[in-house]
Amino acid sequence: MSTSLRLRAGLVSIVLLAAFLGIWHLATRSTGTTTTMSPEYAKLMGLTATQGKSAMPGPLDVGAKLWEHLKRPFYDNGPNDKGLGIQLAYSIARVGTGYLLAVLVAIPLGFLIGMSPLLSKALDPFIQVLKPISPLAWMPLALYTIKDSSVSAIFVIFICSIWPMLLNTVFGVASVRKEWVNVARTLEVGTVRRAFTVILPAAAPTILTGMRISIGIAWLVIVAAEMLVGGTGIGYFVWNEWNNLSITNVIIAILLIGVVGMLLDQILARFTRMVTFPE
Amino acid sequence: MSTFDNPFDPDRNLRTGCACGQHRSAEEHEQATALRCEPVESEEKRYEGVVASAVMRAMFPQDVARRAFLKSVGASTALAALSQFFPLKTATEVFAQAGAPEKKDLKVGFIPITCATPIIMAAPMGFYSKHGLNVEVVKTAGWAVIRDKTINKEYDAAHMLAPMPIAISLGLGANAIPFAVPAIENINGQGIVLATKHKDKRDPKDWKGLKFAIPFDYSMHNYLLRYYLAEHGIDPDTDVQLRSVPPPEMVANLRADNIDGFLAPDNICQRAIYDGVGFMHLLSKEIWDGHPCCSFAASREFITTAPNSFAALTRAIVDATAYASKAENRKQIAEAIAPANYINAPVTVLEQVLTGTYADGLGGVKTDPKRVDFDPFPWQSFAVWMLTQMKRWGQIKGDVDYKAVAEQVYLATDTKKLMTEMGLTPPGSAYKSFAVMGKNFDPAKPEDYLASFKIRKGA
Repeated sequence: MSTSLRLRAGLVSIVLLAAFLGIWHLATRSTGTTTTMSPEYAKLMGLTATQGKSAMPGPLDVGAKLWEHLKRPFYDNGPNDKGLGIQLAYSIARVGTGYLLAVLVAIPLGFLIGMSPLLSKALDPFIQVLKPISPLAWMPLALYTIKDSSVSAIFVIFICSIWPMLLNTVFGVASVRKEWVNVARTLEVGTVRRAFTVILPAAAPTILTGMRISIGIAWLVIVAAEMLVGGTGIGYFVWNEWNNLSITNVIIAILLIGVVGMLLDQILARFTRMVTFPE
Repeated sequence: MSTFDNPFDPDRNLRTGCACGQHRSAEEHEQATALRCEPVESEEKRYEGVVASAVMRAMFPQDVARRAFLKSVGASTALAALSQFFPLKTATEVFAQAGAPEKKDLKVGFIPITCATPIIMAAPMGFYSKHGLNVEVVKTAGWAVIRDKTINKEYDAAHMLAPMPIAISLGLGANAIPFAVPAIENINGQGIVLATKHKDKRDPKDWKGLKFAIPFDYSMHNYLLRYYLAEHGIDPDTDVQLRSVPPPEMVANLRADNIDGFLAPDNICQRAIYDGVGFMHLLSKEIWDGHPCCSFAASREFITTAPNSFAALTRAIVDATAYASKAENRKQIAEAIAPANYINAPVTVLEQVLTGTYADGLGGVKTDPKRVDFDPFPWQSFAVWMLTQMKRWGQIKGDVDYKAVAEQVYLATDTKKLMTEMGLTPPGSAYKSFAVMGKNFDPAKPEDYLASFKIRKGA
């Protein structure tokens, strides 16, 4: 990408952002006092009712609130009110645990299935049925059987992020070029050694693509799971602020969820680039 | 007569008759005044009163003799004389210390609504620590989640809608697990809110085809709304739509025009008014003054494995409820429970709910100090009424042993004992009759009551 193209793209991005913020600001301006009411009554009412303030907060409100959160991200006011930094840390820890468990199961299993065409065919219908199940559909079952909400949340992450990894590993392993495997055979390389020195490097880009899809799904799932289970995490924060109908905080949380999701994705993208090889 | 009156008052009768003179016996007086958590200056004073009463009673079995003694020497001399040879202070201390709790660190779940006021305020205002417990109150996402977390023992006890422990014990919408209610949280404090566009549609007879939200199927809200509609000739199953919606989403749904109104717990009702999307059609108090709403519940298993913790927890809740029942404390409570750690709502909204001076959403300011009230006694007749409504709307099929279920779930006897020990005055009986929209309910004849309704499911 040439420098001038990058510059121009950046410029367009900034213009788009400014336009978006501008329209947002105009659309959420207050309309001034709508109806006349006695001051005694007005004191008991919210700004939406008294000053015609839009129920949607404007970009300035969100910015001010965001700054407030960023100034003290790690405060702890008891079990139901913690800083955004702490909430995000809880969510990332949950996602990390569930995701790592899924990696530990999916990659070895995918390897085995991929190396055996019979198993691959036999297990395919099960995987296809389990793959599209929504995380929230697992939640009641998990709560009922595991009887522990935080473990249930991790289980839901696990069960939802395992399928893309498993499928990609199976696919990657199964589609290693026959020539390479045959060359290894001719050189009398043992099965284990063949798996690690020939198949793994060849399948690695596909496996990592699966892992990248999975981390995205895991991060999508955590918000929903925490909204249901409550207690801690960014999903709980969204729910708690929704409870208070504080749309400002909900927007901030949405923004942060997007940023963290992007970071997680970028980390995996970097790993993928590391194992990619030119053919 | 209250247990924590001054026992050294010569005019006070410790045994028979009644303090106000309007009733033939103390029992009658107590029934008439039912439970009013009366003001006491301090916990120690109250316990001291209870102990001193007992000592005076033991020393002077004859009331006449006690009065004569007090009249002749005066109350302060009597107290000094008594303290000389009887260690009143020590006795009071010993009395106040119940059995040591088996488990001190407890988790109690709550839903962020004003019904949970005693459970919530007991944490920041120190009622749990006063009774030797270290309680973490945990905000929970919804009624089904609070049920599951309590059943799974993540919570030791929890805030539940009053009919929920009955439903769980009967295995309705859950596996049958015996639950018990040692204390009711709040009475009244709910309301029917309609969208502002319906402000000329105040007669329920015109409500055919409207959509209403309730917080949960096993809730007083569901039964009260159904009762109210049915009394006005609207069949809640066929003429209107009732949806279970989590309370915070009710306001958003009302704004989005997805529902026409709701019968919801407070701070949600007031919140809809505060945000200018609805108006207060009716306080639930106007349907049934003194109806229970939410309860404090624990599983039987917790009660049997940690009886002292459970007793201390109940004492803390009863204590907090007594404190919350006093109007002068309400503003302070509103401030204590408003932060994000607890209810997470604007203080103005909570103040309007708790003090009962509120904007009605139509431009007027109304005052009703009993809009919400707090009274811990778990009347078993409440449970019987809920069972009749569960059966009326098809939640229970077949025969119901009303009394047995009520007595198993609503622990009136234990709470009564505990309240007496705390120096409060529990009512004499666990059953009382009351009127719902002018229609009397006799807890002794639930089947007749049920049969008297024209509108019911599968009659």
